Amino acid sequence: MNWHAVRAIYRFEMARTFRTVVQSILTPVLTTSLYFVVFGSAIGSRMTDIDGIPFAAFIVPGLVMLSVLTESIGNASFGIYFPKWSGTIYELLSAPVSTAEIVLGYVGAAATKSIMIGLIILATSAFFVPLSVLHPLMMLGFLALTALTFSLFGFLLGIWATSWEKLQFVPALIITPLTFLGGSFYSIDMLPPVWRTITLFNPVVYLISGFRWSFYGQSAINPLVSITMVVLIMVVCLALIAWIIRSGWRLRH
Amino acid sequence: MPAVLCIENLGKTYPGGLTALKSVNLTIQQGEIFALLGPNGAGKTTLIGIVCGLVNATTGRVLAAGHDVKREPRAARRLIGLVPQELATEAFETVEAAVKFSRGLYGHPPDQALVERVLRRLTLWDKRDTKIMALSGGMKRRVMIAKALVHEPKILFLDEPSAGVDVELRRDMWQAVRDLRDAGVTIILTTHYIEEAEEMADRIGVINKGELILVEDKTELMRKLGRRELRLHLTDALHEVPSPLAAYSLTLIDGGLTLVFSFTDEAGQERIPTLLRDVSLAGLNFRDLQTQQTSLEDIFVSLVKER
Repeated sequence: MNWHAVRAIYRFEMARTFRTVVQSILTPVLTTSLYFVVFGSAIGSRMTDIDGIPFAAFIVPGLVMLSVLTESIGNASFGIYFPKWSGTIYELLSAPVSTAEIVLGYVGAAATKSIMIGLIILATSAFFVPLSVLHPLMMLGFLALTALTFSLFGFLLGIWATSWEKLQFVPALIITPLTFLGGSFYSIDMLPPVWRTITLFNPVVYLISGFRWSFYGQSAINPLVSITMVVLIMVVCLALIAWIIRSGWRLRH
Repeated sequence: MPAVLCIENLGKTYPGGLTALKSVNLTIQQGEIFALLGPNGAGKTTLIGIVCGLVNATTGRVLAAGHDVKREPRAARRLIGLVPQELATEAFETVEAAVKFSRGLYGHPPDQALVERVLRRLTLWDKRDTKIMALSGGMKRRVMIAKALVHEPKILFLDEPSAGVDVELRRDMWQAVRDLRDAGVTIILTTHYIEEAEEMADRIGVINKGELILVEDKTELMRKLGRRELRLHLTDALHEVPSPLAAYSLTLIDGGLTLVFSFTDEAGQERIPTLLRDVSLAGLNFRDLQTQQTSLEDIFVSLVKER
């Protein structure tokens, strides 16, 4: 294992985060605060409790997940797409590094950043709603697992993308709708039976539901099912990445 | 000298059907400077790409110090440094950070003293805290060289190192390359500047349309293919070469005012004194004489044209 390489990539990527600290960290904090002001305070005060939880508190896990998903995909895809675009990827491809080391470096850094952002958002939300976390370890576990899984997905996206448009396309047109329809702002039990069934095909539902369970101890889906789903998505992403780098798809001619 | 790089039957056909390399065989000796010459699209960059792991070969194999670059990539790549032709550098990082990143990527622990030595040698030390995007093209090229040197390669590929680099910097770079060779590094460079190959290389390979058409010791190549000429500028024009001089197969140009004696080897050169004696015996007067040698460039052009 070439740990020096993993460390080099990880530090390089983290340096990028801290260089753009305003854009990287303040933007999600501001966006989340706006959500709380609008959905939590303004609209939320007129909403009834969901599953016995005040609306403003109910949306906290959903909002955290929304940001963690978007940030994980965004960071990891940019991290690997940028060297591809600028040409500096030659160095990565000609260096004595394995797939595992490359993925560990890039995905590790992207996941670290989104976990940090998730925690910052959580802290921000504490200013707006009384926060209680029933299963803190499970909460951290879900957060880490989700950040990792979607950073892997973002890495895949960055390798697949051949233009900036494509890089924006998937998050904007697929991930954002899936997240919004994944129960960020409502319980899927509130949907008519047909839509509830359809929703179960949306993987994001399991993430948000499981994460919410770790806060309030209740959820529309069994938390074990949620964890299984996250792990399953992660395994699929890992397998795809292993195949891509071995075959050289989109990287080596 | 032992071989440090063995290229065997290397071929590459791109998915679009373009054959960039046709069964190339080449052995590079340890510690030499090998120049690969060829026109655009000849396959130079593809060849380097395969050795460095950027391009997958269709046929054949490459051994770097005995390690197959495909089967034992880690062992092979540790030995190889690459400075590609395209200027591709990180934009927002500082020079020093980018160079340190390269060292880590190749699995080496940090070594500040070495980083400083490399940066000083390439006169980048004063710019170490500058963001790379603020550097000129020539400076960026130096950063790329520094990135390749900082992981201490045994084999260094320089793909068109002088592209877009001013004369002074080019001289600096040549000196740096010679220093590396003296330190035991094997260097393979591709170039358009024949002057560069002539100046630096120990051996020269000419590649055209995916085929290595010639590999030769530089001085040997110059000797074999280098045509030399002696020109005598006469005071009076001649209609034809006088018969006593027929044995030299001279040609008349400039309307009979210049006699040209062409030769390729030392035996030809040794005939010059007798030729000059015979010229005066024939009663010819000349006001000037000139000798000239074909450059590597002429050789190269004629080789590529033949195909």
